[in-house]
Amino acid sequence: MLPLSLDIALSHIRSRKRQALVSVLGVAIGVGFFIALSGMMNGFQDYYRTELIESNPHIVISDEYRTPALQPLEGAEKDAVLDIKRVLPRDPVRGLANAPRIMRALDLMPGVHYAPTLSGQLLLRRAGRDYAVSALGIAPLKEERASNLVRDMNQGSLAHLAAAADGVIIGAKLAEKMQAGIGDTLAVAARGGRATLRVVGIFKTGLEQLDAGRVYVNLTKQQAMQGRARIVNQIRIRLADIRQSIPMAEMLESRFGYKAAPWEETNSRILSVFVLQNFIIYSTLTAIMLVAGFGIYNIISTVVGEKARDIAIMRSIGLPAPAIVRMFLVQGLIVGTIGALAGCVMGYFMARGLAMVPAPGATEPGQTLRVLIQGWRFVLAGGIALLIAAWAAWLPARRAARTNPLNIIRGAT
Amino acid sequence: MSVLATRNLTRHLHDGEVEFTLVEDVSVSFAEGEFAVITGPSGSGKSSLLYLLGLLDVPTSGDVLLDGESTARLPEDARAALRLRHFGFVFQFHFLLPELTVLDNVMLPMRQLARLDEAAMRSAARGVLAGLGMEDQARKLPSQLSGGQRQRVAVARALANQPRFILADEPTGSLDSRNSAAVFAMLQDLSRRGHTVIVVTHDADFAVRAGRRIKLVDGRQKPEVRIQKSEI
Ligand SMILES: Nc1ncnc2c1ncn2[C@@H]1O[C@H](COP(=O)(O)OP(=O)(O)OP(=O)(O)O)[C@@H](O)[C@H]1O
Ligand SMILES: [Mg+2]
Repeated sequence: MLPLSLDIALSHIRSRKRQALVSVLGVAIGVGFFIALSGMMNGFQDYYRTELIESNPHIVISDEYRTPALQPLEGAEKDAVLDIKRVLPRDPVRGLANAPRIMRALDLMPGVHYAPTLSGQLLLRRAGRDYAVSALGIAPLKEERASNLVRDMNQGSLAHLAAAADGVIIGAKLAEKMQAGIGDTLAVAARGGRATLRVVGIFKTGLEQLDAGRVYVNLTKQQAMQGRARIVNQIRIRLADIRQSIPMAEMLESRFGYKAAPWEETNSRILSVFVLQNFIIYSTLTAIMLVAGFGIYNIISTVVGEKARDIAIMRSIGLPAPAIVRMFLVQGLIVGTIGALAGCVMGYFMARGLAMVPAPGATEPGQTLRVLIQGWRFVLAGGIALLIAAWAAWLPARRAARTNPLNIIRGAT
Repeated sequence: MSVLATRNLTRHLHDGEVEFTLVEDVSVSFAEGEFAVITGPSGSGKSSLLYLLGLLDVPTSGDVLLDGESTARLPEDARAALRLRHFGFVFQFHFLLPELTVLDNVMLPMRQLARLDEAAMRSAARGVLAGLGMEDQARKLPSQLSGGQRQRVAVARALANQPRFILADEPTGSLDSRNSAAVFAMLQDLSRRGHTVIVVTHDADFAVRAGRRIKLVDGRQKPEVRIQKSEI
């Protein structure tokens, strides 16, 4: 036999089938949309995030300090007010002073791939015209495992660059402008003097700025052209386990002193946009469920009003107030549970449907929206729905339990 | 030995500035197995007294003693538990739950008390219904019964937990004379079996046949008298 309050709750719901069905539908729609839309939004963010992670280094060690070095005097007297004037920045030659030591240490860390770079401007000359480009000196074989350059190669390869000390890999746009192809030579003017480079590869990222303005050369060649022998100004790191980025960056920074920025820091603006986006979507979806809660409040209120006499009878028989509250709470939870379950089914199919919609601005043909279908979404949406249902039922239930049964018994006899 | 008694029982009701007197300084006591009626003109406070006796209402002052124990200061949940265990109410209107069958209505107090298992409850409820000649109606809904039948179901429900006290407020008020007589006989029978029965009634025959009559006027108790037919 069912517990008494459940039995009576069911009899009440049965007496208001149509209204109960509408409330169930309200909850189901709320839960369904919650699951599908939050899944879609987070799917988009997830897609974007992996793109970011894939196309950017996970950690960048650069030749900067997070805080300017203390002046010797500043450390001397802790709370003293100092007025130091005419401070000239030290370090005219920028770069990671102890790059070889850092790289040796990185070599020993499992799951860490790195690529050192030295950036600097070059002036390429071809057919009497000059093209100012930003050149990255790279270690080609290391670069292979630490960035996306391999993926973006159109012609030639990083191996070709490794094999040719004076090789250069240029962007597709630049190649088009200069009318240069594999094997062509380019005259170069740089800080360290003149040189000649031979095109060994062409890459295409789809980003105009890179394809027209970026070239890759060997690190040693770049060091020579820039007149900065053995200098490196960035070490880009990729991790086997992306979740280690922040602790790893902190460790590297405290160990070597140079600024080590995890990708979360470099992309903090877009990530904070995601946070705002999530706040908006989740609060909107919760508001939809709150509206569904009104439906439950409505039906329970009606039943409480309608059954005032029955409640008075039960109280007079000796059912305590909590039993009455339970009876109506259970009704709300029944509507909420059925609605939540129906909403989970609905949300699942909505999500599956959305996942078949072609993605706007797709970079590959046949690409569709990424929609996350995850267990916790169902649990969260269902949980919020049940909480709201319980609350929406509890308000009228408490009213039912508080009214003095004698008011009704006196009035009727 | 009195099992249920009142001591200077007073109940006032406030409606804004105005104060109504429902019951004023009533001290009565009931013995086990007694059959008592409460009579009085309309508005004299009979129902109010019955609610106080049945721990449905809380006195403004004075007390209701159950087995000599004070109940006036008990919290509502404790009073509810005592009602469930010791009191059966029959109101003027049948007051059955319309969605539940006759059997389920009778089982309602048993299920709340939860002293028996389901099978035992069922057979006990059937037994009570059979005692009232209602065994064939067990599966019906209240709306499928006549007024007299409903009232008998209400009595059956009042008896469900074998309460020591049966409190009835004009239980025959909506019945014809034949049904009234049947319900009255039933209540009398219960008192013979050891239940203490207290009935509010306007019915002269009832009053005469009861063992004892308590008369109220304006919420006050009149001296108890030997019952004679001419008085009512
Ligand atoms: N809610 C209320 N507000 C104000 N006065 C009330 C209320 N309920 C009852 N009364 C008054 O209290 C008094 C006692 O009422 P009660 O119902 O106990 O009388 P009764 O003897 O049962 O009458 P009846 O024979 O008509 O049922 C009456 O004067 C009635 O008007
Ligand atoms: Mg009355």
